[in-house]
Amino acid sequence: MKKDIILAGVGGQGIISIAAIIGYAALEQGMFLKQSEIHGMSQRGGDVMSNLRISHHEIASDLIPFGQADMIISIEPLESLRYLPYLSPDGWVITNTQPFNNIPNYPEIQQVVDEIHKVPHHIALDADAIAKEAGSPKAANIVILGAASPFLGMAYEKLEDAIRFTFGKKGENIVELNLKALKAGRIFADQHI
Amino acid sequence: MNAMQKTLLLGDEAIAQGALDAGISGIYAYPGTPSTEITEFVQNSKYAKENHIHSSWSANEKTAMETALGMSYAGKRAMVCMKHVGLNVAADPFINSAITGANGGLIVVSADDPSMHSSQNEQDSRVYGKFAMVPILEPSNQQEAYDMVHYGFDLSEKYHIPVLYRITTRMAHSRSGVALKTPRSQNEIRMPDDLRQFVLLPAIAKRRYKNLLKDHSAFMEESAVSPFNHYMDGQDKSKGIIVCGLAYNYLLENFPDRNVPHPVLKIGQYPIPRKMVEKMADECSEILVVEEGYPVIEELLKGYLGRGLKVRGRLDGTLPRDGELNPNLVAVALGLHDTMGLAVPGLMVGRPPSLCSGCPHIDSFYGLSEALQDLTRGRVFSDIGCYTLGALKPYEAINSCVDMGASITMAKGAADAGMVPAVAVIGDSTFTHSGMTGLLDAVNDKSPITVLILDNGTTAMTGGQDSPGTGKIEDICKGLGVEEAHIHIIRPLKKFHAENVRILKEELAYPGVSVIIPRRECIVAIDKRMREKFKNK
Ligand SMILES: Cc1ncc(C[n+]2csc(CCOP(=O)(O)OP(=O)(O)O)c2C)c(N)n1
Ligand code: SF4
Repeated sequence: MKKDIILAGVGGQGIISIAAIIGYAALEQGMFLKQSEIHGMSQRGGDVMSNLRISHHEIASDLIPFGQADMIISIEPLESLRYLPYLSPDGWVITNTQPFNNIPNYPEIQQVVDEIHKVPHHIALDADAIAKEAGSPKAANIVILGAASPFLGMAYEKLEDAIRFTFGKKGENIVELNLKALKAGRIFADQHI
Repeated sequence: MNAMQKTLLLGDEAIAQGALDAGISGIYAYPGTPSTEITEFVQNSKYAKENHIHSSWSANEKTAMETALGMSYAGKRAMVCMKHVGLNVAADPFINSAITGANGGLIVVSADDPSMHSSQNEQDSRVYGKFAMVPILEPSNQQEAYDMVHYGFDLSEKYHIPVLYRITTRMAHSRSGVALKTPRSQNEIRMPDDLRQFVLLPAIAKRRYKNLLKDHSAFMEESAVSPFNHYMDGQDKSKGIIVCGLAYNYLLENFPDRNVPHPVLKIGQYPIPRKMVEKMADECSEILVVEEGYPVIEELLKGYLGRGLKVRGRLDGTLPRDGELNPNLVAVALGLHDTMGLAVPGLMVGRPPSLCSGCPHIDSFYGLSEALQDLTRGRVFSDIGCYTLGALKPYEAINSCVDMGASITMAKGAADAGMVPAVAVIGDSTFTHSGMTGLLDAVNDKSPITVLILDNGTTAMTGGQDSPGTGKIEDICKGLGVEEAHIHIIRPLKKFHAENVRILKEELAYPGVSVIIPRRECIVAIDKRMREKFKNK
């Protein structure tokens, strides 16, 4: 099994935690992993992306080739579209629809959502609202991870374990909130595949 | 090998872990993307603390390089890290360290940034290695990044020569599993055998240089047997492929079973292995060179007239002349099928980095722009840091960014030319990196310049490292001879805007050197400080 994942968002939205959770779950199953990210600018609010590759076989390239990503997981709708050239013909876009509007020329959100709907395989959800409903308003990124979970090629429980590991230091309460957020995202995806 | 027994490390972290396990006694660096995480890893390492491994930041890359050379003189192992343009700053000690030679192992890590993700240029450090005539190592994955540090220190001590260690952005910032070795202990202090070796008076330097030239053939022999240079046979001799660094991974990516039909020479150690190149030239009709950065190997093989070997690569358009490589570009160069996903919709807009809302630099720029509004535009020389974003809308407050420290000196030159007043805008960390010497020039000439030293108490641009001049900026200016009456510390806050503009205007009118220090902490640094405080409770 091999999954090539583009993670996208805006600086500070938490794509690195998503990468860490998937990465932990993959390593626990004895998989190989390569993850490439662009660090550097410390100011807030720029676009960020990371290439995450997990596989049962050794991985060659640190970068996912254009046209070959199995999915784009994005915490921001406009950002999900920026990386479409990476998506394989049967790849999935899993994205938040809640915009992070910190630029003067942000396009009309309805048009952005329309573009997302044009992608053959997509799951688009208001992760911020779902996170709030689930009582974990800060966990929109984990809701998105939950929505991506059917496509990751691993048992859902493995992701739960990874969340317990990742947030364990912050206390049982934080772990529970994130598990709830994960579940809420998963339920949405199951209803919309 | 099972992925689970490995430690997941960034390329930068693998180098740092390699240095710790190879027994360094000190790491010296000035921050710079994509090299910063090497030193930070050592700074955060418990092992480093317990073993008293020196790791605090240097004021600039030149001081870092020289300090490491001093540690090597004393017989201990030292590593120096910088981004590629840092090697320009450290070039003088770097080139000369090849002549003095090393005593304890010395590795100089230079991180190149092809495609300029966060740099002013995409210069290729291998050119510097050739210039200095030292061996160069270049890893192609995280495991090699780790192993090569051990190997590099041994090589450095075998020939008493500094070793250049070249990486690129993707190598630095890509994570993968690494198997670690048992740590080696640090060297004891040991004087150089020849106490005149480091005295580069012409008579000694001539002797040392001859020695370096002689050793160069030994470096060639080392390359011939290096575990990091491999010749892999292939059936299809219509083409041979020479590849180095991450480009090797991009090559393999294009062959799912990992069987490349052509002979492949993978180079990880320079000077390039001559016999292997000869073998490829003999048995293949043409050679494709796939290298990240400048066409260093390609140019060497092709020769000036290009009438000998048939060499393909960046120079003949088989690969793009600039920018970083990726698996698709390599596929096209090999004549393989390229893949591409959906087009980016037309509504897409950029989301460029911008100053954080609440950033102290914003208030400084608004103050400065208002103070300058009655003068012709275009007189603000600036520098490198978060504040460089002041060039963009809506501020459009600065007119230059060339290299660290250039704001003060360029303002002086323009003032010498008669452009008065000329303004320099420089960050606190950039000021102590290489602004101080230029300020001394201006003081000695009583140049009519106004210098704003934006003191946000940190080296913000690269992630908030300590700034070497914190708490000392005004004293440094006084010490350099700036008149006390023309040094002002202001608070870059909206409520002081009018007063700040008044002070700025007064100093712009002063026909000598004035220094204004807008002082307020970077808000990201405050955040970080608070989180750490909270964490330690
Ligand atoms: C020679 C060289 N070394 C390092 C860098 C990387 N770099 C760019 S800006 C910067 C620090 C800027 O700090 P400061 O001047 O305090 O400004 P701030 O970002 O805090 O506003 C560094 C280290 C560089 N561009 N050139
Ligand atoms: S990181 Fe600090 S200095 Fe840089 S833009 Fe943000 S607040 Fe300003």
